[in-house]
Amino acid sequence: MNSSDLVNLMLSPQWVAKLLHHFISGVRHVNLQGVKTEYIGPQKVKELCPIIELSGPRFPVLGALWQPRGGTARHDAVAWGYARACSDMGMDIIQQCEVTSVTQANGKVTGLQTTKGSLKCKKLGIVVAGNSGHLADMAGFRLPLESVSLQALVSEPIKPCMDVVVMANTVHGYMSQSDKGEMVMGGDLDGYNSYAQRGNLPTLQHVLTEGIAMFPFLSKLKMLRTWGGIMDMSMDGSPIIDKTHIEGLYLNCGWCYGGFKATPASGWTFAHTIAQDRVHELNAGYSLNRFHTGHLIDEKGLGTKTWIS
Amino acid sequence: MLHIKCPYCGMRSQNEFAYGGDASVKRPEINKEISDLEWDSFVYLRKSLRGKHLELWHHISGCRQWFKVQRDTATHEIFKTLKPNEDI
Repeated sequence: MNSSDLVNLMLSPQWVAKLLHHFISGVRHVNLQGVKTEYIGPQKVKELCPIIELSGPRFPVLGALWQPRGGTARHDAVAWGYARACSDMGMDIIQQCEVTSVTQANGKVTGLQTTKGSLKCKKLGIVVAGNSGHLADMAGFRLPLESVSLQALVSEPIKPCMDVVVMANTVHGYMSQSDKGEMVMGGDLDGYNSYAQRGNLPTLQHVLTEGIAMFPFLSKLKMLRTWGGIMDMSMDGSPIIDKTHIEGLYLNCGWCYGGFKATPASGWTFAHTIAQDRVHELNAGYSLNRFHTGHLIDEKGLGTKTWIS
Repeated sequence: MLHIKCPYCGMRSQNEFAYGGDASVKRPEINKEISDLEWDSFVYLRKSLRGKHLELWHHISGCRQWFKVQRDTATHEIFKTLKPNEDI
C-alpha cells in the first residue's frame, strides 16, 4: 500500500471568513498572491454563519474577507504523511533523540552530539520550530527571535452549528467546528518567553471573553481541553530560510503562527538552499541578515510582542 | 497564572503585570560610536534561553515600576525578583 493511502488528511476546504472590525486594504493584497478573496458585508457574514453576533457591542462586525477555498486540515495527518513519504524514500527518522550540541571546526559544521550518540555531517539543516534559539545557542550564535507559547482550546462536542472558519484579528481570536463537533478556538500569544508546552489562564480568559462577545452561545459550553505549543516569533513576524555564517549550517525558523500552511514551499525552498548552497529567489527575502541591513518584511508588521499591536 | 512578587508591592497575580523581555540586553551608551552589528545585536538578537531567564516585568496595573525577574522558561518557576539596579 502506498504511504499516502494510509493518512487521512481530513482536508475540509470549507470557507474562511476574516472578520473586519475596522477597514483594511487586505483584499487586493491577498488576490495578488493568487488566493481568491472577496469583501462581503455584514448581512452575508450572518448568512454564512448564523450563530454570529454582529452588533458587538465593543467591536461591531463591519464585514469580512471571504476565502471560499480556505479551510482546515488535520495537522498530525499531514506531518505523518510527510514522515511516511520521507521514510519510503530512504530517510532515517530517529525518534526520542535530543540534540545536545552542534560541533564545528574552522567555521564549518562537522556534526551533532545527541542523547543517542554522535553524528558526523557536512551539511546541517536546523528546522526545529519553537527551539530554534536553543539550537542556535548550541552553535554559538543568537537569532532575531524568541520562543513564546501559543494556546488553543476545544469545547465539548455539540451538534453542527457552523461550517466556516471565523477569524477575528481585531479581538485576537478564531473559531471553527471540528468533524467531531468540538468548537476549536484560539487566540494570541501568552505574552512572555516560554518553552513550557502549556499555557496560562489570562490568555484563555481573553480568548473566551471575546469569543462570547462574537458567539454568545459559547457561554453555555464547557471547555474540554487546552494546550500550548511553542512558536519561534521572529522580530518582524516573517520566517527565516537562509544559510548562516557557519559553513554547512542552514536555518529554517521564525515561522510565528504560520508554519503549517507554508510547509510545502518552506520545505522546497529549504531543500534548494541546502542542496545548492545558495538561496532560491523565492526565499531570498527571508534572509537572516535582513534585520542587520534593515530590509525587514512588512507583511504583518508584528514581531515577538504582538500583544502590543 | 503566574504569581509574581513585585519588589515594591509583594506577591500579585500575573494579570497586573506586563512583560518587558530579556533583561540581559544592554542598550549601547548614548554618545559612543557603535557599529551596525552592535546596534543589530541590541535591537534584534536574543538568546531565547530554555531554562533560567532574567527578564524585565512592569507592574503596569500596580505601582508601575519596572523590575527584574529570574524565571525558568521551561517550568515557569520564579526564583527571584530584583529591583532594576540590583544584580543576581
